[in-house]
Amino acid sequence: MEEVDVEPSTTVIPGAGLHQKHLGFEWGPGDLLVYETNYKLQGPRSAGSLFVHIVRKDEDICSPILRKLFNESHLIFVGLQKIKEDVPSKNKKSQFVSISKNYRSVIRACMEELQQNAVSTQDGSLASQYGDQVSILLAIELIWNLCEVLFIDAAPAGSLLLHLLDWVRLHKSDVDTRAREVLQSDSPALHQSYWDVVISLVLQGRTDEARQVLSKRASLRAESSSVFKRMDGLLQTMPIFNPSGTQTLTEFDVKWRHWHEECDRCLQDNTFASNRHLETICKILVGDEDTLLEQKELLSTWYHFLVTRLLFTHPTIKPPDLHYYAQSSMNMFLGPRASPEPLDIILLSAFEFDLHQVIKDCSIALNNWWFVAHLTDLLDHCKLLQSHNLHFGSNLREFLVLEYASGLFSHHSLWQLAVDYFDHCPEFGRVYLELQIERVPLDTERKAIKVLRICEDRQMSEQVRSICKIMAKRALRNNRLGSALSWSIRAKDAAFATLISERFLQDYSNKGSFTDLDLLDNLGPAMLLSDRLTFLGKYREFHRLYGENRFSDAAKLLLSLMTAKIAPRNLWMTLLTDALPLLEQKEVIFSVDQTYELMSCLEELNSGTKPDSNQTDQDDDIESTKTELLRLALARNLAMAIVKEGTIET
Amino acid sequence: MDPVAKYISQKISKTRWRPISPALLQQPEVFATGSWDNENNKVSIWSVEDHGASTMDGEFDEEPQLLCDSQHEGDVMDLQFLDQDRLVSASSSGAVTIFKLQPDCQALSLAHVWERAHRYSCDNAPCTAVVCRSPELVSVGEDGRVILYKADQTEVVRVIENADSSTIHAVTFLRTTEVLTVNSIGQLKMWDFRQQSDSPAQILSLTGDRVPLHCVDKHPNQQHIVATGGQDGMLCIWDVRQGNTPFSLIEAHSAEMWEVHFHPSNPNHLFTCSEDGSLLHWETTSGSDMSTLLQRGWNSRVVSHSGVPLAGENDSVVSAWLAGDSSKNRLEATHMLPSQTLSVNSLDVLEQCLVCGTDGEAVYVHRKVPV
Repeated sequence: MEEVDVEPSTTVIPGAGLHQKHLGFEWGPGDLLVYETNYKLQGPRSAGSLFVHIVRKDEDICSPILRKLFNESHLIFVGLQKIKEDVPSKNKKSQFVSISKNYRSVIRACMEELQQNAVSTQDGSLASQYGDQVSILLAIELIWNLCEVLFIDAAPAGSLLLHLLDWVRLHKSDVDTRAREVLQSDSPALHQSYWDVVISLVLQGRTDEARQVLSKRASLRAESSSVFKRMDGLLQTMPIFNPSGTQTLTEFDVKWRHWHEECDRCLQDNTFASNRHLETICKILVGDEDTLLEQKELLSTWYHFLVTRLLFTHPTIKPPDLHYYAQSSMNMFLGPRASPEPLDIILLSAFEFDLHQVIKDCSIALNNWWFVAHLTDLLDHCKLLQSHNLHFGSNLREFLVLEYASGLFSHHSLWQLAVDYFDHCPEFGRVYLELQIERVPLDTERKAIKVLRICEDRQMSEQVRSICKIMAKRALRNNRLGSALSWSIRAKDAAFATLISERFLQDYSNKGSFTDLDLLDNLGPAMLLSDRLTFLGKYREFHRLYGENRFSDAAKLLLSLMTAKIAPRNLWMTLLTDALPLLEQKEVIFSVDQTYELMSCLEELNSGTKPDSNQTDQDDDIESTKTELLRLALARNLAMAIVKEGTIET
Repeated sequence: MDPVAKYISQKISKTRWRPISPALLQQPEVFATGSWDNENNKVSIWSVEDHGASTMDGEFDEEPQLLCDSQHEGDVMDLQFLDQDRLVSASSSGAVTIFKLQPDCQALSLAHVWERAHRYSCDNAPCTAVVCRSPELVSVGEDGRVILYKADQTEVVRVIENADSSTIHAVTFLRTTEVLTVNSIGQLKMWDFRQQSDSPAQILSLTGDRVPLHCVDKHPNQQHIVATGGQDGMLCIWDVRQGNTPFSLIEAHSAEMWEVHFHPSNPNHLFTCSEDGSLLHWETTSGSDMSTLLQRGWNSRVVSHSGVPLAGENDSVVSAWLAGDSSKNRLEATHMLPSQTLSVNSLDVLEQCLVCGTDGEAVYVHRKVPV
């Protein structure tokens, strides 16, 4: 057995397992059933509590706001699968980046709504629940954004830092709010957070905005304006790499070193000694680590520290060198005693370009497969995952997507989304779908029709037959014979159609007339589905013809039913009895040949039946009377027919 | 112009515009949705208003806002506005419910329920459709009953037991006392409530395969013209005065057609939505109106709205009725939704506004339908 990555956490189930009762459990598709057994370690056995507990790991699936996430991302997922293989890779990369951005915007939209709800709700526990979900989504978006920058966009040295700067700026929005607060106040330069804002802007590399804020101060006092001008000059001349420009990386590197040396010179000359804030800023520009560490509160996270550090010491960082700086930044920022959070470890793995570790850690940390499934799928499309075969045959992407979709299937409503996910798992998707689709509860016909459409589109004939049979059986139980028949027609289930016909015929022999005439009169080509059904239809037609007084047609039909052996044996007596009134008519309806055939049928019937010991004498009497009557009628008819046919019309 | 989409965290089974008072010539602003397949289903009222001022992106102007909602027991199988303030719903538990909408749309309350209107002897039978012509309501269900109610009376007015041996999927009023139902063995049955007997006045069906029919709608001006849609996605136009064959058979969709609607004020336009995720807008391109077109027959062509190729785009059309100069009379269809979604379960169209709901839990509102 594999080693366990983390210690499993204990979940307490209230009300179960008390008094040293043993718990039994059973796995379900998305949850666990737990119950108390009769077994006890010590003491006499006694009955356990009557409850069965359902333990569900994923509570996100029940959140109405997160449902939007599932639905919108489903649309994006399906769109992603449709991207054709033959498009050149450069175009594909931009497509993948835009898809990644789509996913992220969906996450952000969800987050905003959760945030609004958390603020506006009255219920305290609900507010904290929303708050938790917001923080999880924040973390997810952070990780996704980093993966997009490092793996999907895969920026080379130079642009890499710019993307990382964007990433940090996006996830530290309080700088903007504080800056706005300061600028909108009466005297911005005297605001208590003024210098914090300036330093935060510099830490994020937003030199233009920093200059703008600094100018407020510079205009105040004339005597120190030269110092401010110097700082302004430094900030203005800071080189920023332009990926679409003509400047190469080496040229930029040279320029940057010059600028760096100039900043260093300012520091050595004590140019900013008069103003300690400006001195701090200059130290930051030089990339002094201790100064940067002093700004822990403004940086607030080790990855911000990492990016700032790189900005001011090594802006031409190459992707493979990233991990060294990442590790050291984390250690420096967090200090020797602090232990990193799971999020920190995941980000570190990302910086180390260890995709599998990122996915693995995310899978453990989150209670829902949504994030890992979609991210892995996207990365797989970018061809970034090696075909990493797991023990049970499928690859990582398929495994995660299958897990996610199976989780969706356990939801009473979201199961429809899962179908598309299964479709795009080439190896096991179909099997999973076949097993799961049969277990969707079918309350209404409309739902059954939708499920059937899913099965029919994928040629899952077994499932179609089984579902139609369930619906037909239910209809039969409720005496809806027409519905039952339409279900068996859909499944092309001849056996069930036979069953339904038997039921009709049973009703007929009990009541003496047919029920559901609208169905029987309008069977159409469906009649051919089963022999018994054909008989039923034709028999009903016979009754109709008789009712319309079209006796010769009725007679022909009746005879054909018997001779073509469509009629079941046990009904021959009934059919012959039906023939009786036709035989008794004044005019001759059955011809000589037809009469002979009827007689042979009667004899066949009598010879076939064996004396039934259970039959009472009364039944025997009735049977023999019937036979007598029939024989008499047939004989008379034969006589009349011979005479009629023998007569020459003049 | 693309429709505005809003995800509402519940699968939508029906969407209906609230009727606008005929005196005011305005666009409809309020619509109702019903959900299905949830543990707790809801009937919700939404408003789409032109806010005037645009927000960050101009697109979010017209996103529907939730006004109020109410719990609904069982799936919402059908939803109809009885009048401006009252909404009738058909439930999968067999109940027919009247909801009352407060005048300022602030709350939705239960006015009256007919519990278990549709039932089996030992089980619940879903009520599949309900239709209103104030003050009368007619409901049909999987138990094959047709039930007539009056909105203000507690007791049911009339029940036609065993009207059908199979499930009745939809119903529509032809005249004040006549309704037309469609069932799952492909029959249209006309019922006249003035007659005492419990048998239909007329039965129409296609010869050939008995395909279940799911939806029916009557031409707004001409009571004998009726459109139906079925399991195979075929759109049939019938003249109920004449015989057993439909006037026209058109291959509209590749899967079940859930709803078909004539535009109430401009009947040259027809809208259909289907399980295959598309919503089609059919219009005649020739000068003649649809009724004369029906008498002469037409060819039709499916035109894609956004250039996305679809199944059946190149299929030639099945027309059961071809006569004379039919090449002049064309019926064109355009897709109203930008891309293929999960099943579009319902649509409603009033004036220039179209609303539809999908199984992808999204409501689409289109405010400038070219009619």
